[in-house]
Amino acid sequence: MNLDAKIPAGPIADKWTNHKFDMKLVNPANKRKYTVIVVGTGLAGGAAAATLAELGYNVLNFCFQDSPRRAHSIAAQGGINAAKNYQGDGDSVHRLFYDTVKGGDFRSREANVHRLAEVSVNIIDQCVAQGVPFAREYGGLLANRSFGGAQVSRTFYARGQTGQQLLLGAYQALERQVGAGTVKMFARSEMLDLVVENGRAAGIVVRDLVTGAITTHAAHAVVMATGGYGNVFYLSTNAKGSNVSATFRAYKRGAGFANPCFTQIHPTCIPVSGDYQSKLTLMSESLRNDGRVWAPKKQGDKRPPRDIPEVERDYYLERKYPSYGNLAPRDIASRAAKEACDDGRGVGESGRGVYLDFAAAIERQGKDVIEQRYGNLFQMYDKITAENPYEMPMRIYPAVHYTMGGLWVDYNLQSNIPGLFVLGEANFSDHGANRLGASALMQGLADGYFIIPYTLGNYLAGISRDPVKADGDAFKSTKSDVEVRIGKLLGSKGKRTVDSFHKELGLIMWEKCGMARNKAGLTEALRKIPELREEFWQNVRVLGDKDNLNQSLEKAGRVADFLEFGEILCADALTREESCGGHFREEYQDQGEAKRDDEHFAHAAVWEYQGEGKAPKRHTEALTFDEVHLATRSYK
Amino acid sequence: MKLKLHVWRQKDRQSTGRMVAYDAPNVNPEMSFLEMLDVVNEDLTGKGEDPIAFDHDCREGICGSCSMVINGVPHGPSKGTTVCQLHMRHFTDGQDVHIEPWRAKAFPVLQDLVVDRSAFDRIIQAGGFISVNSGSAQDANNLPVAKADADHSMDAAACIGCGACVAACKNSAAMLFAAAKISHLGLLPQGQPERRRRAINMVKQMDLEGFGNCSNQYECEAVCPKEISVGFIARMNRDYLSSSIFSKETGSTSKSED
Repeated sequence: MNLDAKIPAGPIADKWTNHKFDMKLVNPANKRKYTVIVVGTGLAGGAAAATLAELGYNVLNFCFQDSPRRAHSIAAQGGINAAKNYQGDGDSVHRLFYDTVKGGDFRSREANVHRLAEVSVNIIDQCVAQGVPFAREYGGLLANRSFGGAQVSRTFYARGQTGQQLLLGAYQALERQVGAGTVKMFARSEMLDLVVENGRAAGIVVRDLVTGAITTHAAHAVVMATGGYGNVFYLSTNAKGSNVSATFRAYKRGAGFANPCFTQIHPTCIPVSGDYQSKLTLMSESLRNDGRVWAPKKQGDKRPPRDIPEVERDYYLERKYPSYGNLAPRDIASRAAKEACDDGRGVGESGRGVYLDFAAAIERQGKDVIEQRYGNLFQMYDKITAENPYEMPMRIYPAVHYTMGGLWVDYNLQSNIPGLFVLGEANFSDHGANRLGASALMQGLADGYFIIPYTLGNYLAGISRDPVKADGDAFKSTKSDVEVRIGKLLGSKGKRTVDSFHKELGLIMWEKCGMARNKAGLTEALRKIPELREEFWQNVRVLGDKDNLNQSLEKAGRVADFLEFGEILCADALTREESCGGHFREEYQDQGEAKRDDEHFAHAAVWEYQGEGKAPKRHTEALTFDEVHLATRSYK
Repeated sequence: MKLKLHVWRQKDRQSTGRMVAYDAPNVNPEMSFLEMLDVVNEDLTGKGEDPIAFDHDCREGICGSCSMVINGVPHGPSKGTTVCQLHMRHFTDGQDVHIEPWRAKAFPVLQDLVVDRSAFDRIIQAGGFISVNSGSAQDANNLPVAKADADHSMDAAACIGCGACVAACKNSAAMLFAAAKISHLGLLPQGQPERRRRAINMVKQMDLEGFGNCSNQYECEAVCPKEISVGFIARMNRDYLSSSIFSKETGSTSKSED
């Protein structure tokens, strides 16, 4: 497997600028001769489809939701980072770069991260020009707040709905192009396979979710922006429809899957309340600006929180990490919550929860100020739990939130399959082993608005402009594979529902490959998952038919992929014999802090499919740190 | 608690639908409404009956997918709440619960509770944007916006495009939806150059899609999960009226003029 990252030469601050000049251009009159498929309409996909169409390419855009505006980027709450230094508090492109490499626990690619920090400033300009209503100060200028893992205020926000507003910006730009006829939009259409022809990505196979029709689409290049795989855990903060299928099918067609074990557990979510639970709800990290996290000092303390005196409370983040306090990065804050609960000091009925308390902030700043900052989040918490967070501290617990791993891409965001580009959460490159808050929105829009428009042009300029056709043997055989698989799912006539398998898989993943992992548990998971998969194909019950809207069939296809993918995730976690970021192996720790092994694991692990029933092959891309020197991450 | 559900079942767009009764015997008050339906669907699948189809995705009240009328009210009995955030503690043991899809000519039913809302996308295509290409924007802070204007714009921008406003309106009007977008952009300095043509073109598309007119009864505001104010409709009407008077500056959607 060729894992040449194609990082441009020269000093880190000049790489992107020089590379932009060195790349080939496509003449405006020729752009319309190229067809580009974009899968996904979130921040990365929506921004890419709109921008490529503005440039003049002929774009086909697909999403499984009923409208491109509903992609899961919409749910991001807290904000988007940018190195604007509007606050004059010492921020710079270099500092954002530094924080992100360090926050990622030295497992990301320096050159990609630096470029991300560089274009972060353009994103804010672009979004404001589109009419994104960011929060402002009375003087009319943009407001900022702080987020975890940073000591500067560089996060831009639109109340607690930043993802929604940024996505609507991209969606509106996209709809403008749909109206102009430069983007052909296919909503309620799910990509079920990638077509590789003569070693290049040549198109995709799609199911129309309303009519059930299976169609093939050809293009000069395929851009996938299909999000992360957090739902392999069943319960996560992801939308119900979020899935691994698109990236996993690409993996089975030869694309390398990098660092699948790098999954992020977000520290502040509403705890699980019962076994009917279908998803977990995040409470934005921005709340940690004003909320203080604590657990009782005494084990099994069942008193209501307001009856526990100050001296009997353990503000454990402030105690353990005095310089970052409640704004410690996500992986660290999550593990600390788990530690308190494992110690028998958890709160709530299940004992799996800690408090996030606003009493001090309300007393200091007044209820009005807190309401203005977090009103909609408090309201959401109240709706779900029927508890008023202005009076009672919130109960929170970590939950699966984001996946740093994804398809391997080079500096140009191209996978190892020529012509297949991967953007946003679906790729692996920028966040290493842990993503900092407010950086996912930044990466999605950076990839879509400011990177792919350049790097895709460079690729297209080097290939034929002849019209593409979806009638070759590769298209026929890939389509037939998809149809056979659908037939198999509908034909198994078993007894168990798709959800029951998904829940069982999720439980294995959470218990054996969640916040803490060890060799024995991972080995057990690697035994159980294939057994469950075997049972799935024997005993799953999928009702309805293939030629109609069939939500059970949609779910079944996604869960079938999770049942294979979960195994690779665990294998990756087992072979990475170190702890870093969100990947915490209990065997490798220093009194509860992650212990990295840079000598053996300063690399991205990239998995290559070897065929049905064969163990995948593990490759590595060495990561070098010339700018930010390898050091033990400390937030103390 | 136990509930008696009455659910609209319809095989596909062409078929005729009907209400079907189901028992929901094990409802926990902590469940969300959609989780209650998940449990019912698991039982139905177990019995070999097709599960009830409904749109849903984020389940945290922001994506705008979920869309059902509960006992006659879009999104159900809790004010300012989408169905996915509605919890069963708002229902009582033994209650009859009627569940129907959005009903509007412009939102055809695709199956059970799933409707086609692509008309909303086409209204946005007609003008719900600011025409700025990626890559050429000036520094964001070169354009100050008064905090009150930005906040007011955000109040309108909070629309999730769910369509409850249409489902609640006896005329199936999409006024609140269109007004929210026209106001979000029209309240900002960036939105001024296209303000007039935006109002004209979006209203025109709304009519083409078969949405009705406004008769000022405010049902839309009452059911809006984001509590968007009908005041924005008045604002849209002003923009529309002044655009019609100064028609020369408005432009239109026709390709030749672009």
